[in-house]
Amino acid sequence: MLIRNAPDVRSSEVTDERQYLRRREFIRLAGGAVAAAATGGLLGACGGSGVDAAVSPAASTAASGDQSPLQIAQHVVTTDEKLNTFEQITNYNNFYEFGSDKSDPARYAGQLHTSPWTVKIDGHCARPADYHVEDLIKPFELEERIYRHRCVEAWSMVIPWVGIPLASVLRRAEPTSKATFVEFTTLLRPSEMPGQRDPILNWPYTEGLRMDEAMHPLAILAVGIYGKTLLNQNGAPIRLVVPWKYGFKSIKSIVRIRFVDRMPHTAWSDQNPSWYGFYSNVNPDVSPVRWDQSRERRLPGLFATRKTLIFNGYGDQVASMYAGMDLRKNY
Amino acid sequence: MPTAWLVWAALTDHLGANPAETLQLQTGRWALRLLLVTLAITPLRRLTGWNDAVRFRRMLGLFAFYYATLHFLIYLVLDQYFDWRAIVKDIAKRPFITMGFTALMLLVPLALTSTKGWIRRLGRRWQTLHRLIYVSAVCAVIHFIWKVKVVIGEPVLYAGILTVLLGFRVIWWLRRRTVRRVARPVRPSNLPVH
Repeated sequence: MLIRNAPDVRSSEVTDERQYLRRREFIRLAGGAVAAAATGGLLGACGGSGVDAAVSPAASTAASGDQSPLQIAQHVVTTDEKLNTFEQITNYNNFYEFGSDKSDPARYAGQLHTSPWTVKIDGHCARPADYHVEDLIKPFELEERIYRHRCVEAWSMVIPWVGIPLASVLRRAEPTSKATFVEFTTLLRPSEMPGQRDPILNWPYTEGLRMDEAMHPLAILAVGIYGKTLLNQNGAPIRLVVPWKYGFKSIKSIVRIRFVDRMPHTAWSDQNPSWYGFYSNVNPDVSPVRWDQSRERRLPGLFATRKTLIFNGYGDQVASMYAGMDLRKNY
Repeated sequence: MPTAWLVWAALTDHLGANPAETLQLQTGRWALRLLLVTLAITPLRRLTGWNDAVRFRRMLGLFAFYYATLHFLIYLVLDQYFDWRAIVKDIAKRPFITMGFTALMLLVPLALTSTKGWIRRLGRRWQTLHRLIYVSAVCAVIHFIWKVKVVIGEPVLYAGILTVLLGFRVIWWLRRRTVRRVARPVRPSNLPVH
């Protein structure tokens, strides 16, 4: 699709060319980080090295608009594919809190007040706390992360997120050894989220990751796209992005992060366990009855002929976490 | 017509971020809507006495078939790109595709025998054959319900409308049976003598 009022960010601002050229190095190093972690290294330290590979010395600032520009310290590019436009990313959304049509979030999400916004971090950790979202982010440098995004509905996009590693936030809370999973919860506010007035899902939306998945360097908490703060329809003010899993795992508008000692309930899996598993890793070989996951449609393309890659193409970095697991059973 | 709108939207880039999905959804939606309108003709005639309505029935049915065919062609070309093996597997394995495909296949003989010549040739059997539209419409609604992730809104509405439209037929059929029984009451003398 041709966009005439394209976002006022040139691609040169989004992605530093040098980092762009070094993207494979990042991929390789991030893969190495995971491998090291798997062999007993500290994931925290290793995660940093993978990301450092793509550090850009010059911070860039995107142009202004309705959203606030963000100070980006570094750029991490995991793909050389063409980015989807700002218009595509902000007008075609699954965010059932605002309605089940793809155009509903763009239409209704504007009424949601995202300031002030508190994120509660609790459960099995030494330092539980309630944070203003600004304070949660402040200690860390924002990074741009260009990721493929694969929806369970067999479409995909390429999105320039801005965020921080989820691991940084989790580590600060000092999870205890009992913390084996992390549970995330979306805001519950039917007055501003009309979709929540219907019993579509078991509101509020919840999602979860295993501890090692949550600490993986590719998992981020995003606060922006295209160098600016997130629009509500994309999960403002803060959302999860887990690029090797189907999009619904990347929970939006988070108000609570809880360390738990058992696999948490997740919204879609509760709604239809045979269609959606807890792991929901992108996997072309496992197609629960409703969908054929072997191929995908890269939007705005017409043909659904792109072969879907295992772990959405991030297998080098994440596959080791699932070594020995039956991915057909643990879909 | 919806086709004109879709063509216009496609040419002016108004189909959204996923144009293939928009085309797929709109053609399917119109196929089902037109099937329901076709099925509404007979109840409309009987309730309002507007007998001329039947003149539109064939055209409406054929338009339903037209949109159902477009819907399938979009699946064939945009979703599967002529991968026949994948299509066969898909139809066999995914219940909502099975249902949709059945709905379309049931419409094929109806479209083929919609000409005056065939109506004459088949006589009474034509009407019996064309009752397949009931089955097709039921399949189409189930296809829609099984397709969506959450069963609310449109698919429920269409299921409701179809239930009402088929409900008329059931009521009339039951009534006809009762009338027939009253007209030919069973007399004791008809009973076999032991």
